Amino acid sequence: MSRVVVGPFNRVEGDLDIALDTDNGQVTEARVNSTLYRGFEQILVGKPALDALVYVPRICGICSVSQSVAAAQALSQALGIKPTRNGELCRNLVLANESLTDLLTHFYLFFMPDLARETYAAELWYNQVATRFRAVKGEATRDVLPARAEFLHLMGLLAGKWPHTLSIQPGGSTKPVQRQERLRLMAILSGFRRFLEKTLFGDDLERVQAIQTPAQLENWRHEKPWQHDDLRTFLHLSEQLGFAGLGRSVDRFMSFGNYSLEGVNAVGQGIWTPDQGLSGFDAGRIVEDVSHAWMRPSEALHPQQGETEPVAEKEGAYSWCKAPRYAGQVMETGALARALVDGDPLLTAMARKEGANVKTRMLARLLELAKMLPRLQQWAQMIEPEEPFCNHPSSITDGEGVGLMEAARGSLGHWIEVRKGRISQYQIIAPTTWNFSPRDASGQPGALEQALVGTPVREGETDPVAVQHIVRSFDPCMVCTVH
Amino acid sequence: MKVLMANLLWLQSGGCGGCSMSLLGAEAPDLITTLESAGINLLWHPSLSEQTGAEVRQLLDDILEGRTELDLLCIEGSMMRGPMGTGRFHLLGGTGIPMIHWVEQLAAKARYTLAIGSCAAFGGISTAGDNPTDATGLQFEGELRGGLLGSDYRSGGDLPVVNVSGCPVHPNWVTESLIELALGEGDPERLDALVRPRLYADQLVHHGCTRNEYYEYKASAEALGHQGCMMEHLGCLGTQAHGDCNTRPWNGEGSCTRGGYPCINCTAPEFEEPRHRFTETPKIAGIPVGLPTDMPKAWFVALASLSKAATPERLKENARSEQLIYPPSAKKTSGNKASSK
Repeated sequence: MSRVVVGPFNRVEGDLDIALDTDNGQVTEARVNSTLYRGFEQILVGKPALDALVYVPRICGICSVSQSVAAAQALSQALGIKPTRNGELCRNLVLANESLTDLLTHFYLFFMPDLARETYAAELWYNQVATRFRAVKGEATRDVLPARAEFLHLMGLLAGKWPHTLSIQPGGSTKPVQRQERLRLMAILSGFRRFLEKTLFGDDLERVQAIQTPAQLENWRHEKPWQHDDLRTFLHLSEQLGFAGLGRSVDRFMSFGNYSLEGVNAVGQGIWTPDQGLSGFDAGRIVEDVSHAWMRPSEALHPQQGETEPVAEKEGAYSWCKAPRYAGQVMETGALARALVDGDPLLTAMARKEGANVKTRMLARLLELAKMLPRLQQWAQMIEPEEPFCNHPSSITDGEGVGLMEAARGSLGHWIEVRKGRISQYQIIAPTTWNFSPRDASGQPGALEQALVGTPVREGETDPVAVQHIVRSFDPCMVCTVH
Repeated sequence: MKVLMANLLWLQSGGCGGCSMSLLGAEAPDLITTLESAGINLLWHPSLSEQTGAEVRQLLDDILEGRTELDLLCIEGSMMRGPMGTGRFHLLGGTGIPMIHWVEQLAAKARYTLAIGSCAAFGGISTAGDNPTDATGLQFEGELRGGLLGSDYRSGGDLPVVNVSGCPVHPNWVTESLIELALGEGDPERLDALVRPRLYADQLVHHGCTRNEYYEYKASAEALGHQGCMMEHLGCLGTQAHGDCNTRPWNGEGSCTRGGYPCINCTAPEFEEPRHRFTETPKIAGIPVGLPTDMPKAWFVALASLSKAATPERLKENARSEQLIYPPSAKKTSGNKASSK
């Protein structure tokens, strides 16, 4: 048996290292270390309540708007104020703009470049894939950067800038949309849709959305050669490299629900397992365990009572990350979890058969792009420039609130308590806190730690390529994880 | 023009990665084309490069041992000195060594060192509250010179740390600063008093603000999202903040003020602790405490009361509304066709 530490782990957001015990050419145990602590939960205490909206987006440069939305929802509850309909539409558009950008960035810039590694040079597909997806120099980067930047023009119109907007407020949006701006939004979305249809899917979004079963997916795939578009390329490589057999974890999935409009979520909330299907979600069953984190020892606490007191040394600790658990159990969260909770037929059939793995996690992200973009187009059209965009709180005194939403990487929760207009308690659980948690007091490893067990290690590898695929299949955001 | 290749290394520490995300939005041309055409060779960037783990550790070794030249060292995020001076709040993944130690060693090898974003420049958002991680900037701790590297630090090219501040940075602030240095045009004269590139720091956010007509007549917004000037009530610091945000907008057509919320002066040290609510203007006897840059107080008071008295109804009403109530009236031109007949 031997132990290697893999890191610095890049093409993830933030810094990460992973200690791997290997034996007989496979991983036997993994320990995930979130290496950076910044202390937002400490910084926020004592600040004026609405100033949270300046601080929390700066937790994360890639899920900045998600942090704003979670905070705005928590503040809505704490201050007893509701957003306007236009405000909700704009918030949903800005949030979806960020999330879809993240899904795209992850696929092209973070995940696919590993397939251009020298280790695959002997494969038949290698030359074409390396030309297209090589990090920095690949042609896909040239295709995707301008498309991404143009899509983010939606932020310029609706949020002032990205990342770190202050346009998202508990009462709606600070940016009233003028008639011509609404039309610009529609044009921007059409432009991005064209990129998706031409480059990523090689087909109309309606046709991609119509794929309901694994057999239909296979048929669709074989209509064209694998090099025709980037989804077909991914499916081909996925088959060649056995991605469906890599990185299975706990197969318990959670979504907090997302994109609220007049009391209805466009993306559902719940827990899903292959055996029991969908069941209800109760935020009261969340606790955070600190047994293996460099945090002052305490029992596992619900975030409304949560504490964040870092300590320099602690026996048995190996990460700055706490270990959130739902009803005592490890949960996986992200685009796949959202699709399963939402009852997506294709991914449900796949997850029933082979659970979460590198293939299903990646496919869920790409299909979310196809599913969401038409929704954005509807929202843009629904904006009514003559109607109000933002309600304003009359007074800010005492209250408690929770904001539960879905960031690109999964379930994000903010818990706030306000006393005399100031924040007296603030706790955050981010998606990757769930996925990349360390062990808990009962010794239960986190979702990634379990996913890595059994991963093959090739002869002579110091940074096993299969480990790279699995880690990136979760699309971790380490700056959010610990915050 | 002959372009020499300049090696660029980018590391992230106590920040959010948002400056890198903003940078990826560089346009016309895109980031990769921009760097290539400026002769900048990306040795490693955490979000972009293929190399991981051992390959990166080898690269860092090569730089420290002098086998690889380091021309441009970009550091994003604040420097985490805690707990108790150990730097353990951020050990660079896979190395077990505090990031502050890596930065100190690498900065000693770099021809130019750039602090990307207000965290790396001045400490930034992580230093808010009680600064629980003892975070600091590379060569500034808030407004004070010093920081991690000390006020005497000069890179190989004889410049202090170049503070490309902002929270986040505009993509062009970074690319243009890099191009200027890669062209060998780095010069202390091109940096302002806070060592920010004058490329963007010689302008105020106020310049080109779409609310200028409201500012002129002191027609003020009373709530976020109103169309009026945000200086009087909503804490806007655009008349004091250095940055070309409104002459060269963000993400196509945006800026903070265009987005309906005040400028919080994020390019300045200590913006993270304004000592009042971010969206509220502190006043003494009804007069904002922070006056526009270079404006004598007596003049401001006199002009403000004069212009308030002259505010047209159109601006007064529009200022306090999300929607345009009164469009500007179409003026009759003199000497029109009818009268010339």
